[in-house]
Amino acid sequence: MTLEDKQQEIIQEFEMFDDWMAKYEYIIDLGKELPLIDKNKKTNDRLIRGCQSNVWLDSTVVDGKLIFTADADAIITKGIIGLLIRVLSNETPESVAKADLHFINTIGLHEHLSPTRANGLLSMVQKMKMTALLNLDKA
Amino acid sequence: MTEGTKKPFIVREIRQQFPALRQLIYNKNLIYFDNGATSQKPQVVLDAINMYYSKDNANIHRGVHFMSQQATTEYEKARVTIQNYIHAKKSEEIIFTKGTTDGINLVAFSYGELLSAGDEILITAMEHHSNIVPWQMLCQRKNLVLRVAPINKKGELIIEEFDKLLNSKTKLVAVTHISNTLGTINPVKELAAKAHAVGAKILVDGAQSIQHMSIDVVDMDCDFFVFSGHKVFGPTGIGVLYGKEALLDKMPPYQGGGDMISRVTFEHTTYNELPFKFEAGTPHIAGGICLGKAFEFLSELDMDAVQKYEKELADYAQDMLDTFEGLDIIGEAKKKTSVVSFVVEGIHPFDIGTLLDKQGIAVRTGHHCTQPLMDFFQIPGTVRASFAFYNTREEVDIFIAAVEKSINMLK
Repeated sequence: MTLEDKQQEIIQEFEMFDDWMAKYEYIIDLGKELPLIDKNKKTNDRLIRGCQSNVWLDSTVVDGKLIFTADADAIITKGIIGLLIRVLSNETPESVAKADLHFINTIGLHEHLSPTRANGLLSMVQKMKMTALLNLDKA
Repeated sequence: MTEGTKKPFIVREIRQQFPALRQLIYNKNLIYFDNGATSQKPQVVLDAINMYYSKDNANIHRGVHFMSQQATTEYEKARVTIQNYIHAKKSEEIIFTKGTTDGINLVAFSYGELLSAGDEILITAMEHHSNIVPWQMLCQRKNLVLRVAPINKKGELIIEEFDKLLNSKTKLVAVTHISNTLGTINPVKELAAKAHAVGAKILVDGAQSIQHMSIDVVDMDCDFFVFSGHKVFGPTGIGVLYGKEALLDKMPPYQGGGDMISRVTFEHTTYNELPFKFEAGTPHIAGGICLGKAFEFLSELDMDAVQKYEKELADYAQDMLDTFEGLDIIGEAKKKTSVVSFVVEGIHPFDIGTLLDKQGIAVRTGHHCTQPLMDFFQIPGTVRASFAFYNTREEVDIFIAAVEKSINMLK
């Protein structure tokens, strides 16, 4: 499944929900399911401090592909991280660097990635892309 | 306006004057409980903004022409309206600023110039960052000492500890009138007397009190009182610093520029008189005029009835929230008003705030620019509902049901 296929799959999943609360119920479930980042990896250098909530992001390269794990102190933030990781993890650095995360807009969650939200998610995506750029030669 | 001419307080009628309250958010009737962050604006203020830019727009204090004089008259009339509202002795004591933060920075710089190494500034543990950081900067600049009076777990200032920290070296006490996070009302009149007894001055941060109660700066006997226009139903970008005339006279100007001068040569400049000495550059003319309109609007209200109504609303919300398992009210001072802050065990405030938003309810979540206070309570933040006189009991009921629904979803 390509990165774009994954985005389309998420868009389809969200089409099932006709109101905001149902959408958030799903995101909260995703947040509860998200495999937690290894406890010993929740260090300050992996911390992305937001005004509202904090995010921890770890990345490794396995067989030329970027693997992201993350955690957040707020469950909705965590659920959205789950979506971002589903799309961006296990992809080559090149696809991550070039990824246009249009699904966030389509499913109506763009506010969480706006600079005004200050929940660490925008910084997280930026960090994921930066990691991809730094690992371009490892693909 | 005398007491006799005040209109009876009827919330339904008040609400009609605030068009922003009549809107759907995510297809739900907006419930605006973020009044601690900013207030909505009554129609008279909105009309005044429109009128100013449609008709009176001109620079003030310098024009020979009709419009400039008209704008100057309106701007100075607003100053007098505000003077009367807070019962200041003279209009020269009303300095227009950008807001509370600007007012505090003005005092920190300008009054700070009169201080010397070893002098002390005393604040409290419940201050907003705006009433912490300017003093820290001043302390660094002039080698002063910043002292912090502690609070108890209810969120009340510990007066005995405050007394211990107050001494002959204390030159300024800077204290919030009402805590933006906890709703605690500080006994500012008592604190002013204590400060004056050791020869210190007192600055009262009125950002959260001016919109909720009648203010009398002379009775309070504060040396400085600061607030923001946007929290008191006026525009953003305008605020007020009240200062006692004798003190303001002694203080050097904060910023240099037009309007604040009397005579400029390349060798020497003499400064204008109060209040203009502290108002360099073209001010926020529309802001000043329309803030005046906001105070005219408030002058017609019985603020004691308003305060009582808001307190009942907050108490009602707090009592209902208190019944939820795992929910803790942060800030349980005996004297508090119009703010209810809470945390729920195992649930991040941001999550509750996000779900409330999707139910059309605006609250604030996070540290409320009081990080040291969050550290004291050992929490990352709170959910804060802050009320104004246009809020209703029905809105509180919907809010409580929405909080319950949110908690159930997040558990």
